[in-house]
Amino acid sequence: MPRIETKTDPMVINMGPHHPAMHGCFRIIVTLDGEDVVDCEPVIGYLHRGMEKIAENRTNTMFIPYTSRWDYYGGMFNEAVTVNAVEQLANISVPKRASYIRVILLELTRIVNHLLWLGPFVTDVGTQAMFFPTMRDREYILDLFEAVSGYRMINHNYFRVGGVAADLPYGWVDKCADFCNYFPSTLDEYERLMTNNPIFRRRLEGVGVLSREDAINWGISGPMLRASGVKWDLRKVDHYECYDEFDWDVQWETAGDSLARYKIRLNEMRESIKIIRQALQGLPGGAYENLEAKRMASGPKSEWNGIEYQFIAKKIAPTFKIPKGEHYVRVESGRGELGIFIMGDDNVFPWRWKIRPGDFNNLQVLPQLIQGLKVADIFVILASIDIVMGSVDR
Amino acid sequence: MNPGIDLQGSFIESLKSFGLPAGAAKLLWMPFPMLVILVVAVLSVFALVWLERKISAAAQQRIGPEFIGPLGILAPLADGLKLAFKEDVVPAKSDPLLFTLGPAIVVIPVFLSYLIVPFGQNMVITDVGMGIFLWIALSSVTPIGLLMSGYSSNNKYSLLGGLRAAAQSISYELPLALSVLAVVLMSNSLSTVDIVNQQTGYGILGWNIWRQPVGFLIFWIAALAECERIPFDLPEAEEELVAGYQTEYSGMKFALFYIASYVNLTLSALLFAVLYLGGWEFFVPIGTIAGFFNISETAPWLQVVAAVLGISMTLLKAYFLVFIAILMRWTVPRVRIDQLLDLGWKFLLPVSLVNLLITAGLKIAFPVAFGS
Repeated sequence: MPRIETKTDPMVINMGPHHPAMHGCFRIIVTLDGEDVVDCEPVIGYLHRGMEKIAENRTNTMFIPYTSRWDYYGGMFNEAVTVNAVEQLANISVPKRASYIRVILLELTRIVNHLLWLGPFVTDVGTQAMFFPTMRDREYILDLFEAVSGYRMINHNYFRVGGVAADLPYGWVDKCADFCNYFPSTLDEYERLMTNNPIFRRRLEGVGVLSREDAINWGISGPMLRASGVKWDLRKVDHYECYDEFDWDVQWETAGDSLARYKIRLNEMRESIKIIRQALQGLPGGAYENLEAKRMASGPKSEWNGIEYQFIAKKIAPTFKIPKGEHYVRVESGRGELGIFIMGDDNVFPWRWKIRPGDFNNLQVLPQLIQGLKVADIFVILASIDIVMGSVDR
Repeated sequence: MNPGIDLQGSFIESLKSFGLPAGAAKLLWMPFPMLVILVVAVLSVFALVWLERKISAAAQQRIGPEFIGPLGILAPLADGLKLAFKEDVVPAKSDPLLFTLGPAIVVIPVFLSYLIVPFGQNMVITDVGMGIFLWIALSSVTPIGLLMSGYSSNNKYSLLGGLRAAAQSISYELPLALSVLAVVLMSNSLSTVDIVNQQTGYGILGWNIWRQPVGFLIFWIAALAECERIPFDLPEAEEELVAGYQTEYSGMKFALFYIASYVNLTLSALLFAVLYLGGWEFFVPIGTIAGFFNISETAPWLQVVAAVLGISMTLLKAYFLVFIAILMRWTVPRVRIDQLLDLGWKFLLPVSLVNLLITAGLKIAFPVAFGS
């Protein structure tokens, strides 16, 4: 029996860089067969600003204000990794108080990051109501940032090699503790609104499943890796700052779908609150910056006060030279492993400054995840990967 | 049954007393209700847009429009004025004829459907014998317009949106019609006035919502899908298709889509009120109240009060449903296209068929309660 051929040509449709759900200026060229996604080709680079090149002729202090423009949803992570890279290369210790302050701010940044993910994510699924409440809660954290550093979203310029730029202002700890008391209840509110909503669950369950092996092979990191059943959190793995002193758990799921990623991010916010609470209670006194004058480079043989004389003082000197050597430093940012490969050349500027953002590597897996799914799933999966183009393109 | 005030009758009578023939008098009467309904329907858009903005603001912990008129009630007017003065862009390589025709085909059936919405015993433009089916027939014209505008826009988002609109309204028309059919079965009539009359006499207890607990849910879901409201706003899903079939539209053509969607929502709410919430009926029958206070049911002032009450009750019920629809829009996620079609074909259609069957069976078994 002859069959009528009704197969149509696949439709190639361009989404982005200007599209309501493209999280900045990401672009994908999607091949559609009706409502089914056949294939897609991501195009990135619309927000490329040459951050790695800029780093090569900036001293560390000069470069810190730039860093919060990589991942502008979580500016503090970038600053942290920027100073950590130099600190670990030059072997500079950080006083306890500075480390605690860093941890508090990093965890607040993680909450900001996840809140700013949650609102748009739920909006991408179709609910309009969550965006403003998440913005409201984020605002409280931004107020805390403003009090501590003078700026809100980006440009905190707060982390310094060997400590932080300034001590916490008077009353800040109480204000932060108030936030920690307030925030879990609103998280519960979000969960009541969304987590068990049948439409929401059906949109997420089994959508964009990434297996454990694939996640590891693709170099996925952060909440996305943990959603695929890998209990891997650099805060536990690398023991950086003072995370070991707090009692908290790594959140992980085994499903590997969008719902697992959603759950992990919500639970991570709770864990962050736990860490912040403990850090606020145990916040030690002392200096917020490195008080030990330390000879660098030429070491003890250098002539005191001579032109070659190098030391780390309270405030890092503008002539501070990044020692010769190369290594890779990483922190667990809100979107995954944020790493810096730094090559020092005994110069005030780094010779090479390679940034490894978590979401750039996570984004690679997008075409594989959306093949064969529906148009609407593209945006759910893209949102569940959690990208910010400032970080992907740098 | 007390017929209530009959404006048409008295108007024609008074004209006849001036010596006009009955036919001419009726012709003179005809534009009035149409004009009134047209104005009310357009005004309902303003009310709805304002409500949408205020309720959405409350849902998102905002204030919403505040300075454009008291409580921002003029904000929709400002929106409308902006659209009226906007340039009407017809995209290159589009089909200008279909592009212009699309919004008109969308908006006209919606307004035509107001023919059959009763606000009282005699307060309906025309009591068509097959009223409710006229609405169902008219509402299936709309997707043709959507498909037309989606196809003619020369935009892939529009095309996808138009196709989604067509698929969606085809699959939800059937459960909608079947759930309406169950109501029709109980009232032995397709006329909206008869459907309301069948529910009168027992106040709130007589409303169809008690006799059609499944039917009214199916109707509401299907009506939301027909209105393209979240969770069923796939044809214009902003996060996916930018604006679906409206992507290329601007100015008054866009406004026509806008008006059509809101008028359609009001219409669905009104018809829900008519079909399941007793139309213009008060919670307690007017006759009972009149009897309690020893007032003659034919007293002219009581007639006026009853008429006003009837109109307000219809609107109140309709706006209660509109409120629910708006609240849903701002709290519920959007379903995916395959889930939407699954829900329509694999769940709502069989359930509404069973509902119809059970209603028919109950009608035979208990003719007192389920219409005779």
